[in-house]
Amino acid sequence: MILYAIFFYLFAGVCVASAIMVIAARNPVHSVLFLILAFVNAAGLFVLMGAEFLAMILIVVYVGAVAVLFLFVVMMLDVDFAELRQGFLNYLPVGAVVGAVLLAELLFLVGTWVIQPGAPKAIAVPIAAGISNTRALGLVLYTRYVYFFEAAGVILLVAMVGAIVMTLYHKPGVKRQNIGAQVGRRRSTAIELVKVKPGQGLS
Amino acid sequence: MTIGLGHYLSVAAILFTLGILGIFLNRKNVIIILMSIELILLAVNINLVAFSAFLGDIVGQVYALIVLTVAAAEAAIGLAILVAYFRNRGSIAVDDVNLMKG
Repeated sequence: MILYAIFFYLFAGVCVASAIMVIAARNPVHSVLFLILAFVNAAGLFVLMGAEFLAMILIVVYVGAVAVLFLFVVMMLDVDFAELRQGFLNYLPVGAVVGAVLLAELLFLVGTWVIQPGAPKAIAVPIAAGISNTRALGLVLYTRYVYFFEAAGVILLVAMVGAIVMTLYHKPGVKRQNIGAQVGRRRSTAIELVKVKPGQGLS
Repeated sequence: MTIGLGHYLSVAAILFTLGILGIFLNRKNVIIILMSIELILLAVNINLVAFSAFLGDIVGQVYALIVLTVAAAEAAIGLAILVAYFRNRGSIAVDDVNLMKG
């Protein structure tokens, strides 16, 4: 149990510290790297809570895809990030006040709430004992919540199509294959028969 | 020294606040704002998984999976908008995004 507490404080501490660095780092590349660190430590917290599948998904999706996407965009855009940091200190007082109030409210909420006595009876699908988390999640996700699963797939498809449509860019003046025109060629458009009179040639 | 639900909720609350603070502080840099939104969604996911684990209901994890999907889609779309905007205007400063103000 003491080991559990040690690991909880390790993961939580590193997660919060790297989250601070995400918003405070001077270089956006460092921000992205600290974001990766925060997500890896959040995955550690998920493992501690017994949600192994979500922990692995978090690492695969965030560290493997989203963070690399961020890194790619940060490195691709040629932006003067020092200029974008102007006014960081101007916004600090109001931001600190809003943040402190929000954090105080949330922590008061965390400190004082109790679970309603009838709440455990309202559990939709109890976590099955004796089988792995991935199996338990799959048994629910592909049967009872299959429409949510399908909706998630549709969301990803729409996002993919939207991202491609927005970023696809045709450079003008580049010769491209026009497959429709090639396939639609007929003998009449491709061949011209010319009767040439002797001694005149084609004009 | 048992770690209960309150500990996880506190971590999630701190992460959420840091995300809000990041939006406030880096008001000119869209990339950091997007990263702050990712932090907020991560805090939401920690909340969902914590309640799921401590109340013994696996539906919370299903919902966390959906939130994860939406977060990934949001990041992809946001960055695509960013790239398209940079290509058109040559800048990503939030202050310059005033074309539709009239």
